Amino acid sequence: MIPGSFSYHRPASVADAVKLLADLGEDARPLAGGHSLVPMMKLRLATPAHLIDLHGIAALKGIRRDGQNLVIGAMTTQHELLASDDVAKAMPILHEAALLIADPQVRYRGTIGGNVANGDPGNDMPALMMTLGASYRLESAGGARDVAAADFYQGAYFTALEPGEILTSVSVPVPAAGHGSAYEKLKRKVGDYATAAAAVVLTMSGGKVATCSIGLTNVHETPLLATDAANAVIGTSLDAATLKRAAAAAEAIMAPAADARGPVEYRKHVGGIMVTRALQRAAAVAK
Amino acid sequence: MNDLTPTREQRTAALEGMGCKRKRVEDIRFTQGKGNYVDDVKLPGMLHGDFVRSPHPHARVKKIDDSEALKVPGVLAVITAETLKTVNLAWMPTLAGDVQMVLADGKVLFQNQEVAFVVATDRYAADDGINAVIVEYEPLAPLVDPFKAMDANAPVLREDLVGKMSGAHGPRKHDNHIFEWTVGDKELTDAAFNKAEVKIKEMISYHRTHPSPLETCQCVCSFDKIKGELTIYGTFQAPHVIRTVVALIAKLPEHKIHVIAPDIGGGFGNKVGAYPGYICAAVASIVTGKPVKWVEDRIENLTATSFARDYHMTTEIAATKEGKVTGLRVHVLADHGAFDACADPSKWPAGFFNIVTGSYDFPTAHLAVDGVYTNKAPGGVAYRCSFRVTEAAYCIERAMDILAQKLNMDPAELRLKNFIKPEQFPYHSALGWEYDSGDYHTAMRKMMETTGYAALRKEQAEKRAAFARGETREIMGLGVSFFTEIVGAGPSKNCDILGIAMFDSCEIRMHPTGAGIARMGTKSQGQGHETTWAQIIATEIGIPADNIMVEEGNTDTAPYGLGTYGSRSTPVAGAAIAMAARKIKAKAQMIAAYKLEVHEDDLEFDIDGFRVKGLPERFMSMKDICWAAYNSVPPGMEPGLEAVSYYDPPNMTYPFGAYLCVMDIDVDTGVYKVRRFYALDDCGTRINPMIIEGQVHGGLTEAFAIAMGQEIRYDDVGNVVTGSFMDFFMPTAVETPHWETDFTVTPSPHHPIGAKGVGESPNVGGVPAFSNAVNDAFSFLGSTHIQMPHDFWRNWKAAKDLGAVA
Repeated sequence: MIPGSFSYHRPASVADAVKLLADLGEDARPLAGGHSLVPMMKLRLATPAHLIDLHGIAALKGIRRDGQNLVIGAMTTQHELLASDDVAKAMPILHEAALLIADPQVRYRGTIGGNVANGDPGNDMPALMMTLGASYRLESAGGARDVAAADFYQGAYFTALEPGEILTSVSVPVPAAGHGSAYEKLKRKVGDYATAAAAVVLTMSGGKVATCSIGLTNVHETPLLATDAANAVIGTSLDAATLKRAAAAAEAIMAPAADARGPVEYRKHVGGIMVTRALQRAAAVAK
Repeated sequence: MNDLTPTREQRTAALEGMGCKRKRVEDIRFTQGKGNYVDDVKLPGMLHGDFVRSPHPHARVKKIDDSEALKVPGVLAVITAETLKTVNLAWMPTLAGDVQMVLADGKVLFQNQEVAFVVATDRYAADDGINAVIVEYEPLAPLVDPFKAMDANAPVLREDLVGKMSGAHGPRKHDNHIFEWTVGDKELTDAAFNKAEVKIKEMISYHRTHPSPLETCQCVCSFDKIKGELTIYGTFQAPHVIRTVVALIAKLPEHKIHVIAPDIGGGFGNKVGAYPGYICAAVASIVTGKPVKWVEDRIENLTATSFARDYHMTTEIAATKEGKVTGLRVHVLADHGAFDACADPSKWPAGFFNIVTGSYDFPTAHLAVDGVYTNKAPGGVAYRCSFRVTEAAYCIERAMDILAQKLNMDPAELRLKNFIKPEQFPYHSALGWEYDSGDYHTAMRKMMETTGYAALRKEQAEKRAAFARGETREIMGLGVSFFTEIVGAGPSKNCDILGIAMFDSCEIRMHPTGAGIARMGTKSQGQGHETTWAQIIATEIGIPADNIMVEEGNTDTAPYGLGTYGSRSTPVAGAAIAMAARKIKAKAQMIAAYKLEVHEDDLEFDIDGFRVKGLPERFMSMKDICWAAYNSVPPGMEPGLEAVSYYDPPNMTYPFGAYLCVMDIDVDTGVYKVRRFYALDDCGTRINPMIIEGQVHGGLTEAFAIAMGQEIRYDDVGNVVTGSFMDFFMPTAVETPHWETDFTVTPSPHHPIGAKGVGESPNVGGVPAFSNAVNDAFSFLGSTHIQMPHDFWRNWKAAKDLGAVA
């Protein structure tokens, strides 16, 4: 539980950070909150020769409104996300989900950028970002590009992030006024990853679902967008048969690993229940 | 007398003696980060050791190449079994009469076994060093399932024992067999079963778990080559035993070994045994002449030092149609891992498991325990319980519920029908114990009345009907547990460790100004001894508890004692403290008689001093007597006021309690909610009610963890898969239920102050209460027994297996 030796760098700008990344190559890793990377280093499962600490870059911090989007700097902590009135008012699901991440100590250090960029299927924010239709700003020495959250995740710990790139911000479209949302997460205890979790954002019209988006956490090697399940509820009043169909459609795309949280069958089963419960709760709060 | 003269109540209160909710004096330093733990010990020139550990559960060690490790800057030495053989320490004796490899000698027998010890100038270099040691292994077939250990084709684990068909506890039936231990009358029990009207039989497993104290095991060993003295700072629950063990195996004179256990961050049985880390650090210090520190990390603690439980108990009860028990038959398959390193009194290979008749009047019983080796970590410690008592309590409490279900009787009613009656004490159990005192019916009825047990049963019946009608997906369980413990090991007639009787001790020295210091052979790991021990002395001799300094853990200054585990501190050392205090009081009485110019018999003790009978104004306070002890003792009397007591208890003590858990389970997710938990404990005389309450809260939290998820689990090929707090269930305040505590008081008749011990009761009684609640919830769907731990997915699986989930 002691990391190997490494060199520590603390750039003051994104330009300096991406230059360091370009110069140092594959032996370098950017360090955000450190809650994924540092434990891996302590187990020597990760042995980067260089750590590029992003805490010195003021431009990576903060939450601002940009037209119809909230733009969240990558180094914004989960705690800062929770403290933001803009987030609480415009997208309560982000507030709700951030509260379910680990514990207060982790949330003081853990960042939104680290959470979404690491590609850990257990993290809560990636599925949420897919559900909300967010995109990520990726910057490198060669310039910047935007990638939709839905296109970012390729496999466990494999993402669209190219060598030399740093995820610098997350841009989240503000959901329609009167929308309903819910994040249902089953976990064994405080601090645990989800056994299964479902995010739902929907709008209602005349007692029927008008639009719906569903995301799933930790039931596959990547976060999932449950499109078939979402389509199955549109135009319905979420009657029992519809909920059952939606849960089944969501379970059909799940492929969780068996682990101490339970066997595959259980994790899929409760994944379906999380979808059902999130749909019901989101509909109940929609106006 | 004027208004300023304190009343008797004020004088008593000023002592803060027994019965007082005195605040814990040790917490002043603990809550300010001013404790002094082993890892706080930093000696000049201190080196650090760390282990190379086996990735394989069973393998031959072909070669250990340390050449690259020795090139790592800061690495000074790599110690292997070959090194240790030069000082005859490659193997060490265990407390259970077996031997254990200190470092892998030709073979590894469990994953994360210690293979080599790297000594370096700092922790980082040591870790770099262990990563540079190259070990060549030849993997062997692992033996994981204890039920297959004695199969004809099972791989033989302990090659050192091949051909030795007799072990420390008698004959061995197989190369992987450790012992068979039987108690009770087999013929009589078989006869009871042959004519039984009703019988139940169930294989009840108590899974492998771990005490996992906050502070892991650690030590600093410092050998002084000039004086030839070895000082060991360590996380030891029994420092004197460690000193004697070191003397015996390292062949050092015992007076040249100084063992110091500073503040300890929890033990729960994990810190009783001797571990390879201690031996390696001591050898490394002797070799280098420098202090060497070894500190376990969490993974090492969970996977290598001392698991608990792992008992598989096939349990049968014979009874009449009316529900009167007539016989008990239990066979235990005990998984001991790679070495038998159980921390039991030496003559007790299965501890005091023969308390398995519990609180019930079984006319006859028979018990057989088979211990086997598997490719798992050694241990089998008493995790917050007297030796194997929690396994026994779980076994009988689960079995009584199964019998109640078969008889279609209420489990509380069945227990009331079979309890040992108050007039039967002292009670001789069918498996050989003499229960000192108890009033089980009163405790049980108080529990039932306080919790509204009958109303809860009615609510349960309504909920079951609603479930059947499809109106709810939630089921409700009531978990009744009535446990009897056996603690306070123990009488020299049947308890020893490596030949040393399990007495305990206290030495009190009163200073001239009326303050004093008291030292014991016990060692607090969080129990609050500094607070409670002073309270016993305060009441006994009339000196305020605040004026008594309690010191434990330094073998140079403390009298010899067997340490703190098995709820033995209060039953054994607590008695020694009272007896030492009474010696002080007896001498004080002689001094007071001399000073007051009366005969000793004319004096009576009155709260905080001696008074001449019938002449209330002629009084000498203990404070003044202390002063007199140093300047004007009676002619012929030695000056000073000191006493030592070594207490060999005449019997164990038998605390008991009635617990109830009310639980709701969502069958669709298996998620449970503990709605209520009520714990009534009878630990005899209560020294500090606040500390008792704290102990009960802590023990119940552990019981909750164990029953509802905490396990050390191995996969089919012997990999340990629960090596961190991510997967080893350690509840936080959020998951922990609210506890309701209550008590009755039935003093121990043989203990000087009537106290029985309480620290472990809630773990012992709590686990069956939780498990019975889960089993009770599912019973109406047709199940008789669901194995622990009852985590969410297993609850869902139970519901699914019973057809309650599609």
